[in-house]
Amino acid sequence: MLFKECKKYHLPLYWCPSFIFFILGLIIIFSILASYFIANKIISNPLIVALICIFLACFLLILSYFVTKTFEALAESNRIKSEFISIASHQLRTPISNLKFTLEILMSGKKGKIEPEQVEYFRILKENTIRLKELTADLLLVSKIESGEFKLQKEKFDIRELTENLVRNFIPFAKAHNVEIKCYFEENLPKIFGDKEKIKQVIETLLDNAIKYSKKGKSLVEIKICKKPKEIYFEIKDEGIGIPQKDQKHVFEKFFRASNVSKGDIAGTGLGLFIAKSIVERSGGKINLKSEEGKGTTISFTLPVS
Amino acid sequence: MAKKILFIEDESALQKTFGDFLGKEGFELISALDGETGLKLAEKEAPDLILLDLILPKMEGVEVLKKLRENPKTKDIPVIVLTNVEDFEKLEKTLELGIKAYLVKTDFTLEEVLQKIKGELKE
Repeated sequence: MLFKECKKYHLPLYWCPSFIFFILGLIIIFSILASYFIANKIISNPLIVALICIFLACFLLILSYFVTKTFEALAESNRIKSEFISIASHQLRTPISNLKFTLEILMSGKKGKIEPEQVEYFRILKENTIRLKELTADLLLVSKIESGEFKLQKEKFDIRELTENLVRNFIPFAKAHNVEIKCYFEENLPKIFGDKEKIKQVIETLLDNAIKYSKKGKSLVEIKICKKPKEIYFEIKDEGIGIPQKDQKHVFEKFFRASNVSKGDIAGTGLGLFIAKSIVERSGGKINLKSEEGKGTTISFTLPVS
Repeated sequence: MAKKILFIEDESALQKTFGDFLGKEGFELISALDGETGLKLAEKEAPDLILLDLILPKMEGVEVLKKLRENPKTKDIPVIVLTNVEDFEKLEKTLELGIKAYLVKTDFTLEEVLQKIKGELKE
């Protein structure tokens, strides 16, 4: 196939190097012909002009060929990286699930009673196994997003119900951080047509961040959902540590963590917001961030209604 | 009589945990560490249920499943896929071949797997 890169990298036709190359070639041939005819009318020996044109055109063609090759090599290396992440995270899952099942047996007490002073260590083991599991799941998702394999399911669902259930699950976690969650939902919200599981993951990430990055002492997280023309508006506002001004434009990049947390002891991978943004945008919505260091962060997103 | 479960899985650590856990629940677990052995044991032992991994030495899980379905002796044995592969195509293919459930190892606890097995064997 002539434009095989399109298929390989899931690119639209106009982004495909060989297609651009093809168009460039056509333009050059056309310009040579045009300059020959124009020169024919003005100068006595148009052949020299045409020869110069042909020489220049050949030079340009060779140059552009190398430019496209370079881009292709870049794209290829990116694809290999994504593939590597995908294989690595699949391989990682085997020992992780072994760990998880073994821990489950040990913690069930069926293989002998756990001493009280061991309980805390088992808890740490379990928590870290879960973290490993989530990290590999995120890595896998990122590699899918980058390789274009990432697909969204479409179904109708109620975002209020989804959010209420999630908030309920987060209450113990919020209490542990001394955070209170308040919800404001507009009545009669229309249903959303999108990937429920993925949107759930977005809200989970945002809630987790809002609570995790809260300041010491009592603080508040507010969730607001309301309807706008043709879309649903979701907002989550915290009174946390905020994001420094210079970092704000980078927070949606993968593996980025703001300078006021990357040295701190709050666990995170820097993948959550990158994934959230990818999901929201592919669902046809927009995600937005407002933050002030030391005061708090507000993240909002929109989703099209069915 | 104890129900027989054939566990086709190349990870010996998992063979041990599942053997222990399901043994305590009163099941008889037969283990196969590769696809070919699994297929042979399925015919010889006539298990009540098969737990099948997808990435296996000698013969891939999907291939094992196909062969199981082609053999009249094994074609009605319920199969639960237990794997680390989260792949939509594999899921569709195995569903077409009539599996009872597709469980991703990292997302399920032993207890949940047990409930699925019990649910299948009751029917």
